Amino acid sequence: MSEIMRADNVSMIFGGLTAVDNISLTMEDNEILSLIGPNGAGKTTFFNMLTGVYQPTFGTITFYGENITKLKPYERVAKGISRTFQNIRLFSSMTTLENLLVAHPKCNSENIGRVLLGGKKLKKARQEIVEECEEILEIVGLKDKEDELATNLSYGKQRLLEIGRALATNPKLVLLDEPGAGMNSMEKEELSTLIRYITQKMDKKVLLIEHDMRFVMGISDRILVLDHGELIANGKPEEIQQNQMVIEAYLGKGMTDEE
Amino acid sequence: MMQKIKKIKKPLAVIGILFLLLFPVIITSSYYLHVMILAGIYVVLSLSLNLITGYTGQLCLGHAAFFGIGAYAGALLMVNVHMNFFFALICSFIISGIFGLLLGIPALRLRGDYLAIVTLGFGEIVHLVFVNWTELTNGPMGIRSIPGPSLFGIELDGNQEFYYLILIITALVLFLLNRLVNSGFGMAMQTIKADEIAAESIGIYPVKYKLIAFILSSGLAGLAGCFYASYISYISPTTFVYNTSVTILAMVVLGGLGSLTGSVIGGVVLTLLPEVLRSISDYRMIFFGALMIIMMIFKPEGFWGVSKRVKNIYKIKAGGAQNERDYESR
Ligand SMILES: Nc1ncnc2c1ncn2[C@@H]1O[C@H](COP(=O)(O)OP(=O)(O)OP(=O)(O)O)[C@@H](O)[C@H]1O
Ligand SMILES: [Mg+2]
Repeated sequence: MSEIMRADNVSMIFGGLTAVDNISLTMEDNEILSLIGPNGAGKTTFFNMLTGVYQPTFGTITFYGENITKLKPYERVAKGISRTFQNIRLFSSMTTLENLLVAHPKCNSENIGRVLLGGKKLKKARQEIVEECEEILEIVGLKDKEDELATNLSYGKQRLLEIGRALATNPKLVLLDEPGAGMNSMEKEELSTLIRYITQKMDKKVLLIEHDMRFVMGISDRILVLDHGELIANGKPEEIQQNQMVIEAYLGKGMTDEE
Repeated sequence: MMQKIKKIKKPLAVIGILFLLLFPVIITSSYYLHVMILAGIYVVLSLSLNLITGYTGQLCLGHAAFFGIGAYAGALLMVNVHMNFFFALICSFIISGIFGLLLGIPALRLRGDYLAIVTLGFGEIVHLVFVNWTELTNGPMGIRSIPGPSLFGIELDGNQEFYYLILIITALVLFLLNRLVNSGFGMAMQTIKADEIAAESIGIYPVKYKLIAFILSSGLAGLAGCFYASYISYISPTTFVYNTSVTILAMVVLGGLGSLTGSVIGGVVLTLLPEVLRSISDYRMIFFGALMIIMMIFKPEGFWGVSKRVKNIYKIKAGGAQNERDYESR
């Protein structure tokens, strides 16, 4: 088993608040890894450090053996890390297809000179991009909505579109921040299938944050538990379910985990 | 309704183009021709500002400065070095573009209101330089006797020639910008306007697009300035003031942010309107202000806003959609 991503003694301090406290972890190949924890535990903050939105106050982040701690978010996308957001951040005035197109590395790196000159080759290159993006739309189940404005999609479909957009960047690792939030149980079922498809058929690694325990236990190969910025548990779903510290962390918060 | 509009769209376009081409022949009044030439200049200005403000989402309140830099650069080159108008046009584009880059670099760190204030300040500084650097700009007296264009020894400085020149320039700018905004590059620009964090999350480097937008935008404004200088044959600092920046911004906003058609409409309407209202000039500004307020209340996205844009045009350009009409806005 090879290592995909590693965090070494990573901390994030906002003023006086330690949102993430000295976390070390590795993500191995061939596993769906989940990050859980009560509200405000620092899960999203950890994602933001992985994607480069925040620079960790301390510690280093390694991706496929390369230290990426200092890289900017767009540089990490080029390395193969993409993400979705807890609060959906789609381009709402663009269509479903456009949201994917603009994420495609060949589309958003179109050369300005080439664009102004136009021509058959450009047209052909674009055709390939469109086809690839439509394929992804097929996978996330939004092909029939490709001309719809993103803002007009239902909440669950917007979440799927964000996953599609993340896939369009051609990532190695996909970070999903609460992909199931706001979905009904049937949509969550489909989401599980989609995530399995992404990992097994598309050979991408998935790290996800989720509050729905049934969902997390069902899909994860391994679970990490954060509480108050600290990593309190790390293990297989069955182990986590039994873990006393985890139960306390959640019960201490009064099981308010399902928003 | 839309169906009907689409049916008459082509013939309407043909009539429009014919009208524009034959305008100087049909209407011989030099006053009307003058207004049309001014409209052309302002269309280029509003198109260029739309690139930075409408598409990339960076509010710029100093566009007149670039217009002025281009005008002065062009005028000085034509008067002092006797440079040919067409070369001066290119030089103005480049010089103004460089200033756009210089303003763009500090502006990258700023957002929204702060950027607006910096660009406003830039506009004021440039205006003061025009007024006070008398050795170069001749100060408030301005620069006189700026020559008209000539090509292979043929003088092209009649109003008709200027009319056709600006028509060609505007058409070319429109054609190229249309390609630009409806490309992967243009889509990336628009993601920066929509949400920079989301843009970065899909691999887009906002700095690159902001800088290029600033350079192109200011370069085109400079080009318009050079044309203006040659056409009016006299420039002075009073043209390149805050008021002009706001007028150009109003053209973009009223026409429709993020819409090239909107910029054309905005540029033409806001150039013609003051002329039409000249007879009631005392109330002109009131009318003007009222129009703005009414527009912002009832049609905040402008005459021709983004909702009228063709959707998935990238796919159409890739030859993907059999029928362009399917993808027109509903
Ligand atoms: N930019 C910031 N500045 C200051 N504090 C922040 C910032 N971002 C997050 N925090 C704080 O860090 C802590 C962890 O927040 P984070 O969003 O990572 O939690 P989370 O585990 O994702 O919670 P949730 O389940 O509610 O999404 C919170 O107390 C939050 O208020
Ligand atoms: Mg969170």
